[in-house]
Amino acid sequence: MEKCQVESLRKFANEIRKKTIHCIGTLGVGHFGGSMSVCEALAVLYQSIMKIDPQNPKWEERDWFVLSKGHAGPAVYATLALKGFIPMETLDTLNQPNTILPSHCDRHKTPGVDMTVGSLGQGFGNAVGLALGFKMDKKPNRVFCIVGDGECNEGSIWEGAMASAHFKLDNLTVMVDDNGLQSDGRTTDIMNMQPMDKKWEAFGWDVQTVDGHDVEQLYNALTREVSAGKPRCIIMKTVKGKNLLGFEDVSTNHNTTITREQMLAAIAALEEVKA
Amino acid sequence: MKDTLEMREVYTRALEQLMKEDERVVVVEADLSRGVNTLRLRDEFPGRHIDAGIAEQDMVTISAGLAISVNKIPFTHTFAPFISRRAMDQVYLSVGFSNANVKLVGSDPGVSAEINGGTHDGFEDVTLMRMVPNMTIFEPVDAEQLRQAMPQIYKHVGPFYMRMFRKQTEKVFDENYRFVLGKADTLKEGKDVAIIASGIMVAEALKAATALHEQGIEARVINLHTIKPMDTETVLKAAKECGAIVTAENHNINGGLGGAVCEYLSGVCPVPVKRIGVRDHFGEVGKLDFLMEKYAMKASDIVKASQEAIAMKK
Repeated sequence: MEKCQVESLRKFANEIRKKTIHCIGTLGVGHFGGSMSVCEALAVLYQSIMKIDPQNPKWEERDWFVLSKGHAGPAVYATLALKGFIPMETLDTLNQPNTILPSHCDRHKTPGVDMTVGSLGQGFGNAVGLALGFKMDKKPNRVFCIVGDGECNEGSIWEGAMASAHFKLDNLTVMVDDNGLQSDGRTTDIMNMQPMDKKWEAFGWDVQTVDGHDVEQLYNALTREVSAGKPRCIIMKTVKGKNLLGFEDVSTNHNTTITREQMLAAIAALEEVKA
Repeated sequence: MKDTLEMREVYTRALEQLMKEDERVVVVEADLSRGVNTLRLRDEFPGRHIDAGIAEQDMVTISAGLAISVNKIPFTHTFAPFISRRAMDQVYLSVGFSNANVKLVGSDPGVSAEINGGTHDGFEDVTLMRMVPNMTIFEPVDAEQLRQAMPQIYKHVGPFYMRMFRKQTEKVFDENYRFVLGKADTLKEGKDVAIIASGIMVAEALKAATALHEQGIEARVINLHTIKPMDTETVLKAAKECGAIVTAENHNINGGLGGAVCEYLSGVCPVPVKRIGVRDHFGEVGKLDFLMEKYAMKASDIVKASQEAIAMKK
């Protein structure tokens, strides 16, 4: 991967993070932690991997994206705004009356959102069905899905994992946001899912583990050829609340309030990162 | 008189025809395909019979994905309690909230689970499905009605639930019958009381009406096959003209057809309503006759309820 491309992806991830902080921060409360941990993944997917057309969100040839950990919706909205799917000023309407940006993504409300999510474990099950549909019709569309490590507590994740391997869905990629925290605390204390990679491997997936904040590692994992017939799983080692000043890897950052001053300070800190 | 064909065979033959006509129609099962006769479609239509294994929630999310990505029309089946109770969150969100064109089929509703027993008795599927906005709920009476309904179910766009008896039912309709989804059928006219029934309870309602006739009571018999959206015109007309209602369902009386009729009428034309069905009990093992008697779902129970409802008019 060219150095300039790496730089460009880092910058894009930084922009997603800043816009996400602004989006949730304008409201003053929201799911910061899990939004911050997926910014690099979204940057790489939307900038360098997925076939998309912001002018034509329902483009038949597009690749599909499902945010199964639906509470990170604001990070997706920031990405969609930066790519031009929705106007930038829409981000200020998060969760406001009649908004097109509900906390958890809704396919009927937001241009560029492919699947309705919110009940953990379900978006992934839908992604399995989407991918199976494209396989049945011999269509080249690919499906990308981000699930949370806490979300992997849900039994339905493993029903979907079982089915994906069985149906040989090599057009499906799941990215596990392994940030080590869930709402009530450390995942190792609440419900330990480790070793996460071995679980997905045992279910028949092609598994790679990467630093989820390293765009180059993400890009390489997403472009590396996998064996035909195997669904791809990328375990992203991430930090919940990554780069959110004062909230990084704090066990209470799942859904938290933020003052206007804290928001501006966090964004200012990221301006320095960019410089 | 019993139908010659089992309901599951009628279902499978209709599905076979639809699959021949439209390649978007697919079968999705959770390891109960043999139980509903659709297993043979796996060989007849390679790649269009998806078995999710014993994973009902995944069966429902996969169906929604198939409908949304490539416009498949999944006919998605398992036993009634498992497609409703077990996979309810998936039905509510992935099919309902996402507005996916999935045809959910729950077999062995109510006491028709028979010797599979209490765990398999679907006494609450209608209640649960009624709580999903935009869900259409249909319960066929017999082979002829199911045969005519299948093409209309296929044409209907949007979330759909059918609770289907699997075996041979009492024959109620002949080939002169014309089924219209959403439009209740008045099988017998009468002005003293109206019996509103669905599924296997329609045959009981007709027997009850005959018995009532012998006592000089003329009961109107209505088959409310489409439980949601309800044919309010027919129900309101019955309330106004008869002044007393008896509902009969193979389901818990709370929240099902009877509940739906009461909820509607209480706001527009309050009349006495007696509800026949399972009275908030868990199920148990037994043959159909035994269970229907045990839960007071026989024609004689409908006769008694009709007399009580009429008495309340005065």
